[in-house]
Amino acid sequence: MWTTTISRHDSRRPAARLTRRRFLQGSTAAAGALVIATTIDLPPGLAATTQDPPMPNAFIRIAPDNTVTVLIKHLDKGQGVATGLTTIVAEELDADWAQMRAAFAPADATLYNNLFFGDFQGTGGSTSVANSWQQLRNAGAAARAMLVAAAADLWKVPTIEIKVEKGVVAHAPSRQRATFGELAAKASTIPVPTQVALKEPKDWVYIGKPLPRIDSVAKTTGTAIYAIDVKRPGMLTAVVARPPRFGGVAKSFDASAAKAVKGVVDVIGIPQGIAVVATDTWSALRGRDALKITWDDAQAEARSSEAIFAEYRRLAATPGLPAARRGETAAALAAAAKIVEAEFTFPYLAHAPMEPLNGIIETKSDGSVELWAGSQFQTVEQATVAAILGLTPDRVKLNTVWAGGSFGRRATPNADYFAEMAAIAKTLGRPAPIHLVWTREDDLTGGRYRPMVLHKVRAGLDLAGRLVGWEQRMVSQSFTIGTPISAMTVKDGVDETAVEGAANIPYAIPHFAVDWHHVTSPVTTLWWRSVGHSHTAQAIEVMIDALAVAAGRDPVAFRLDMLADHQRHAAVLKLAAEKGGFGEKLPPGRGRGIALHESFNTFVAMVADVTVGHEGALKVDRVVAAVDCGIAVNPDIVRAQIEGAVGYGLGAALRNKITLTNGMIDQSNFNSYEPLRISDMPSVEVHIVPSMAPPSGIGEPGVPPVAPAVTNAIFAATGKRLFSLPWETRLLRST
Amino acid sequence: MAKLTINDEVREIDVDPAMPLLWALRDHVGLTGTKYGCGAALCGACTVHIDGEPVRSCQIQVREVVDRKVTTIEGIAGRVAKAVQTAWQKLDVVQCGYCQSGQIMNAIRLLDQNPKPSDADIDDAMDGIVCRCATYVRIRAAIHAAARDLA
Repeated sequence: MWTTTISRHDSRRPAARLTRRRFLQGSTAAAGALVIATTIDLPPGLAATTQDPPMPNAFIRIAPDNTVTVLIKHLDKGQGVATGLTTIVAEELDADWAQMRAAFAPADATLYNNLFFGDFQGTGGSTSVANSWQQLRNAGAAARAMLVAAAADLWKVPTIEIKVEKGVVAHAPSRQRATFGELAAKASTIPVPTQVALKEPKDWVYIGKPLPRIDSVAKTTGTAIYAIDVKRPGMLTAVVARPPRFGGVAKSFDASAAKAVKGVVDVIGIPQGIAVVATDTWSALRGRDALKITWDDAQAEARSSEAIFAEYRRLAATPGLPAARRGETAAALAAAAKIVEAEFTFPYLAHAPMEPLNGIIETKSDGSVELWAGSQFQTVEQATVAAILGLTPDRVKLNTVWAGGSFGRRATPNADYFAEMAAIAKTLGRPAPIHLVWTREDDLTGGRYRPMVLHKVRAGLDLAGRLVGWEQRMVSQSFTIGTPISAMTVKDGVDETAVEGAANIPYAIPHFAVDWHHVTSPVTTLWWRSVGHSHTAQAIEVMIDALAVAAGRDPVAFRLDMLADHQRHAAVLKLAAEKGGFGEKLPPGRGRGIALHESFNTFVAMVADVTVGHEGALKVDRVVAAVDCGIAVNPDIVRAQIEGAVGYGLGAALRNKITLTNGMIDQSNFNSYEPLRISDMPSVEVHIVPSMAPPSGIGEPGVPPVAPAVTNAIFAATGKRLFSLPWETRLLRST
Repeated sequence: MAKLTINDEVREIDVDPAMPLLWALRDHVGLTGTKYGCGAALCGACTVHIDGEPVRSCQIQVREVVDRKVTTIEGIAGRVAKAVQTAWQKLDVVQCGYCQSGQIMNAIRLLDQNPKPSDADIDDAMDGIVCRCATYVRIRAAIHAAARDLA
């Protein structure tokens, strides 16, 4: 569906301005980065070059063997940024795709910070391509200009007569040609340009094209190296017994049986629990099984999920902190001709990435440390390890490797599993490298869940069926209040990550009020793919559908009437409705639903088709998505992210919940927290809206619309309205 | 000392014979392409072939595979394996990639037994292998593509 359409207006573009400071910083530090790249064990598919000149900045290495390596400042946990960021550089460099390589950048916030996060290196909020877009175009264009200048100088010809195509620098009149590799050494002596001209979109050969992923071969041959695969000489494996109730602590432990297990090297207490250190994983696990620990649960969460929701309900009966206000909502609802109201509940959810949390810490003879992990918040991880070990952050060398998924889990404001690694290294008193491994059970019972949330929504229609008033009360925990991240996320006491998508609803509703109640619990919570949008989209889009039905309106027309000022929303809604055949009549038992949601500046609408059997058996047959994410750097990866997001959102909505019974987590592995399987997966069709807007996020925005589109399809099929997630399909039984 | 035949090579490893094959492969043989995902035969990330049959290596002990032929993702070969890997690469099935060794090991066996599987056959055969990135749409497509390639 992707076509590059460029208007005359769009193609006029000024040369990008580069600050001298940024480039000087870049070129100085590249020398430092070079040292790191030559000493880490780079996994296949991320082949870094050695002996390459620091050319021309922190992001690009051009080696004499003619490979071009892009330093990837973000974690690639499957979302494809290693490919996308490499594409942006290749484009401006006019490189040959075959010569492009990628390597994860070292942890260094002065060079590799996320430009949307400030002085902080990290991946999240679907920002990787968006924040790197101009930065890497500039970096690629600067490198190209330096190669051209080097060739001009060498051949004594004007730069303007030199052309670069597919990695070859050529001067036609004198028939001179050179590869990037041949020019690299000389180019590295050229002053870094302070201003570069960027290519016009009509000249793009890679951006907007479905280039193959850079990691496909390594990941289909078992050769891609994840943290769990890193081997260091003399490495020991550690597992930790953590308190079974959140907020509990170990009172005492008896390690004698654990230490008797063959292979167990030591058992130590750390602030997070009891660590068993062994010569291999299996011995460590058996050692942990043999531990006898007495836990102190005095401060622990001891309630059950029902009691927690009961508290949320009591709170929702009263106004909370104002998150958004316009008009006179109470008066508008009092005067409304028709009121629709609903309660939505959302459970704790585990991220459950396929690769459980793990990492390696190695203490060097000079007291510094080196770590390997699927590192997502490099700056806070480096600082956390440094603080625990009494080091300065520059003495904590952090190597990022491929991560087996994350969905938010690897990015924690307190660098949780890094703190465990550092605590073990500090307490153990042995120089051996330590590989900390979480099991699946640790993952599912270990917290950092998507918060439990309750929404109460009351909305009113006037006599003409127009939506005139909307009151929404939300109750949840916050995972940013009390952390340094709150400076970015909290305004007037309201955590924006809790109310996003609801407080900034796109529909023109004249009287509108959103409140939030902040609750606390020892149960730890975290952003989960699409964060607040993971629940607000369900509450809003299901309500809007119910309101359209109450108003006797077509759900698409009902929405469009309220989207006059939101053309990108309207465009994806119309495209999805058209491609998905919304409004067509379906046979009995089948239904089609639609939902629309913007998150991370990306606009997604989905049409879902379902079949509901007499026994309430729900099958999602097809999802048709329309997406506007600005420029789609790699449209095939955009499609893949939407396909995956449909599955991720659907799996959770079908059957996932983390629940508590007297403070104990009821789920422990994939039998009780059953992930989406291939037999559950609908066909997915993705339509990308051609756009020349700067690229926005794509890792998360496909998740929010799935559940409401399916919920609305279930209503279309059965006349029954489910609100909460996961769906209680027993309510769909015909008898 | 256990004597195992892994990827047509005889390897002697000094482990407890009760150790699950998964951990022996990963921690003692150094073949890390086979992944740990759940330790309970619920996700299939650890799938290897034993005498050609897909087996969850987290559930079989070292002592049970002595004198049997173990094949891991690193050792797969032949027409079907090649077709599956090529299709996976051509369609860019992978996202995080962590489960894909298990997916590929399972898909090879499916195509060995059923050269022209339907969507329902694929869902049935592949349901035990979890992909949290939900690359399932492309897994289906890649298996069909490999089947066409082999026809």
